[in-house]
Amino acid sequence: MTGVIRSPRDFWAGVLYAGFGAAAVLIARDYGLGSSSRMGPGYFPTVLGSLLLLIGLASLVRSFFAAGEPIGAIAWKGLLLVTLATVLFGALLRPAGLVIALAAVILVSAAASVKFRFDARALALMGALIVFCGLVFVTGLGLPVSLLGTWFTR
Amino acid sequence: MDLFSHLALGFSTAASAANLSYCLLGVFLGTAIGVLPGLGPVATIAMLLPVTFGLPPETALIMLAGIFYGAQYGGSTTAILVNLPGESSSVVTALDGYQMARQGRAGTALATAAIASFFAGTVCTFLIALAAPPLSEVALKFGPADYFSLMVLGLVASIVLASGSLLHALGMIILGLLLGLIGTDVNSGLPRFSFDLPELSDGINFVVVAMGVFGLGEIIANLQTEKTRSVALARITGLMPSRDDLKRIIAPILRGTALGSSLGILPGGGAMLSSFAAYSLEKKTSKNSAQFGKGAIEGVAAPEAANNAGAQASFIPMLTLGIPSNPVMALMIGALIMHGIQPGPQVMVEQPALFWGLVVSMWIGNLFLLILNLPLIGLWVKMISVPYHFLYPAILVFCGIGVFSLSNTSFDVFMMAGFGVLGYVFRKLDCEPAPMMLGFILGPMMEEYLRRAMLMSKGNAMVLVTRPISATLLAVSAVALVVVLLPALRKKREEAFKD
Repeated sequence: MTGVIRSPRDFWAGVLYAGFGAAAVLIARDYGLGSSSRMGPGYFPTVLGSLLLLIGLASLVRSFFAAGEPIGAIAWKGLLLVTLATVLFGALLRPAGLVIALAAVILVSAAASVKFRFDARALALMGALIVFCGLVFVTGLGLPVSLLGTWFTR
Repeated sequence: MDLFSHLALGFSTAASAANLSYCLLGVFLGTAIGVLPGLGPVATIAMLLPVTFGLPPETALIMLAGIFYGAQYGGSTTAILVNLPGESSSVVTALDGYQMARQGRAGTALATAAIASFFAGTVCTFLIALAAPPLSEVALKFGPADYFSLMVLGLVASIVLASGSLLHALGMIILGLLLGLIGTDVNSGLPRFSFDLPELSDGINFVVVAMGVFGLGEIIANLQTEKTRSVALARITGLMPSRDDLKRIIAPILRGTALGSSLGILPGGGAMLSSFAAYSLEKKTSKNSAQFGKGAIEGVAAPEAANNAGAQASFIPMLTLGIPSNPVMALMIGALIMHGIQPGPQVMVEQPALFWGLVVSMWIGNLFLLILNLPLIGLWVKMISVPYHFLYPAILVFCGIGVFSLSNTSFDVFMMAGFGVLGYVFRKLDCEPAPMMLGFILGPMMEEYLRRAMLMSKGNAMVLVTRPISATLLAVSAVALVVVLLPALRKKREEAFKD
């Protein structure tokens, strides 16, 4: 595949743009174009989506002709763990409460670092951060989240 | 004289105890987070934005502005002390600033940066006070077509100034415009691109996008090349520049300020371009040009004055026209909208206390920076050396809580995670996210103005070129686009970004 594609960055950016553009045009078909004097809800999205599709195609074409830099290694571990940590935080916040959600986001995301060691110091820092957040956001700023969620209060 | 009554009104707003303390807090937090590795001003402001929601609008804006120049100054501090510019506008400061630090003159370099920034900030405060009223008077004459063309110009300018491929910058803008359209269409009440999710019917909050793309995306990218900064510095001594130093920096500061404030007004201009231009100007004109790159104090003074002037001048189009010239201003506009204020020329008339309070608070904020930062350098140095693997989980925690607090739903947190992935993908593909952010904010406004213009002209698109203001703006955009496409200039532009 790399034989034909001379600029992988252009190629994948082209795929991204063309994909988003085509999707926008397709979805906006249901919205009603209206006329140019009374633009319907579909008018602007269709114009923009078509433009983006064109730009994507241009980038794709360019990727076969102009040489470019390779994409380089992808940080799968960081990508996966940071995303997972964020999603866990969102999912746990209501049912498990702030304390557990914070512990989850900190532990899971920290695992993405090669330097992180789970020792007493890390544990103490984590505890301090949780206490700080509890005091500042829940007690101080009145964030409507309980420290222990619905799993425990029922 | 109007100017003085305006400034007096501003002072009475900005100098209230609450506003003063939030300005101080903003500057302090901004600097503290600005010196931390891996957090630029955009991520800093996005992260702290939810904190300001409970405040009255003028206090919130004053604090956000404080965070902005605090973060900028923090970026210069790391540029000088550890040769790691916190953001693009302090890249050139690192060239000579770090050399000065290695020669044991870190204190002098930091003080020079602070003095230069303060001077530039003071001049720019007056400039805004002078330029804003006539500009917004012009802006009041703008029709919908003119506004549409103005936004086109703003977006084109952000392409010109984006580093990397022009095609990608264009794509990112349109992608941003499209993302901005998600949510209920104001004219027909139809939810667009919402996939029948009620959470999407109000559109995506720009804080979610900014934190995902700039905050999370950056964390993932940083983890790949993880290294802990070490501050190999002896104690910082001798803060004040000597009489001789002061003599050497006066002219560079003046030139930097002039350059920064004129480039900063341009849509898409701002801090980075100003600092680059000021550095190369100094290098050409200075009699000590041989010393540049080896610790010339002029090489710190001029770009620091210019980047602060440019940053502050970029408030002018934001405040008078409601047009953001960089992602930070886009966040400011978002903040204004969240506080129920429609940005544009009418802000000055309808909310004079907010407008002039903000202008004056910029000067006060710069004064705080000068007073606060020199004694606190020890603290900043400690913060610089916080290992990244202790820091980023905390950043993630604050992003998560901040985004959740926007509307108390986990949905926004999930969206942020999605934009984080997208942000990392953009980085890998060399697509700059800043133009996308501008497009995202401007998307709904552009559609609305275009609709109105077309309605008034009965569907005749020629209205965009027959109205003189609109035609001029479009012509300038076209020229700007053509200029960057010219091969000769294109090469120059690439060189400028490489430096």
